[in-house]
Amino acid sequence: MKQIISLSINGKQFEDAVSDNMLLIDYLRNTRGLTGTKTGCDGGECGACTVIIDGQARPSCITLASTCHGASIETIEGQARNGILTPLQQAFHENLGTQCGFCTPGMILTAEALLRHNPDPSEDEIKQALGGNLCRCTGYVKIIKSVRTAAEANP
Amino acid sequence: MSDTLPNFQLLRPDTIQAAVAILHDTENAKLCAGGTDLIVNMRRGLATPKALVDLTAIKEMQQITNDTEGLHIGAGVTLSELAQNTPHSAIAQAALAIAGPGHRFAATVGGNLCLDTRCQYYNQSHWWRKSNDFCLKYRGETCHVAPSGNRCRAAFTGDLAPAFLVLGAEVDIASPQGIRRIPLAELYSGDGTDYLTLADNEIVTKIHLPPGSAKSVYGKIRIRGALDFPLAGVAIAAKKSARETRFRIALTGTNSRPVLLDDPAPFTTNDSAETYFSALNKAVQKAASPQRSTITAPLYRKQSIGALAARLAQGLTND
Repeated sequence: MKQIISLSINGKQFEDAVSDNMLLIDYLRNTRGLTGTKTGCDGGECGACTVIIDGQARPSCITLASTCHGASIETIEGQARNGILTPLQQAFHENLGTQCGFCTPGMILTAEALLRHNPDPSEDEIKQALGGNLCRCTGYVKIIKSVRTAAEANP
Repeated sequence: MSDTLPNFQLLRPDTIQAAVAILHDTENAKLCAGGTDLIVNMRRGLATPKALVDLTAIKEMQQITNDTEGLHIGAGVTLSELAQNTPHSAIAQAALAIAGPGHRFAATVGGNLCLDTRCQYYNQSHWWRKSNDFCLKYRGETCHVAPSGNRCRAAFTGDLAPAFLVLGAEVDIASPQGIRRIPLAELYSGDGTDYLTLADNEIVTKIHLPPGSAKSVYGKIRIRGALDFPLAGVAIAAKKSARETRFRIALTGTNSRPVLLDDPAPFTTNDSAETYFSALNKAVQKAASPQRSTITAPLYRKQSIGALAARLAQGLTND
């Protein structure tokens, strides 16, 4: 079975036929070519596939595409505009928060959703928010510092 | 086509009656709300429903109301909404201890109460389970945890159930015959395979909590602190008067069902704290029956849940 879904991705409207069993991550990567969203653990445990759905950072590997009809989705491709990094991306760049880069899209989108909701999070609140995102390089110190730096840069 | 998940038809009713009718009329249909556990299990080949009945369009299941009879929580309320809108510490703590923040935006109260039981021989990929001749819970004939027995020993690991149990919760169950209300403890069978007492055409729609002022707390032991199922979890409610404190205690992660302990004797002003809480620790260990369903040793889980329960109960008396 297929359904037609209409949704916004990074501010642009799309209408696509998706099969009932298609996951959001497969739709974003394979149908829309947005391969910045990463498949990590394949089981909702690592957060590499995190995208922002209607303002909430959620794992796209355990979300069915057809349940996103009418939703507004943001991926890593929609963050920088005209080559200008967002304050959060800039902070990850300057603080070496990116490391190998594989978990970074998920980290950035989770942190972006956090900062919109809570522009001045404590270190504990950052850790809580990023609790569902694993970094295989295990360098969480620089990631947390990057999020704090972005918060401080945006008073 | 997408081949990450097996094929199924997704149905999205917007009333409880319509959902029950679909369940009743559709062969091999499964309920899905947040899907944060079910979709992972489907990817592992642990469920191959022909139809998924998505409950997230049913608005009447997404409300929390409060009246003279207590608090009424729709089964479709998400865990993040529940944590923000409950006056009970144990429920908020349990909700926030489930999975990661991203899952909690989607995962629901009903989903966690009906969470599939877990086992190290079950929550594995298809080829892993096949190479082990599957297991009693799904497609196999032997329980690898207790091979000489004839019962599946998978553990119930929902975090919310013990918190609701100590606060005296009841649940509404919708079926083609209407809605019936049962104590939450009666939702669970104690068998690792058929772990719920629900019929194929029934849906948990609402949770009722009686009014009350008991203080409560939830704690769990897990391997990954930020995001993991409980190796063992314990909820405790305490009612204090001038002379005594009465506890209600419930466990998760240790048995094939959440376990509500028989109420222990109250802690009175005449009791020595050391003796009382040591006895409470032992009573909790006696009620817990952890098996080799996780890679963590059963004895560790038994001893640590006793110690955690005693510590949390003592904390409630000091508040």
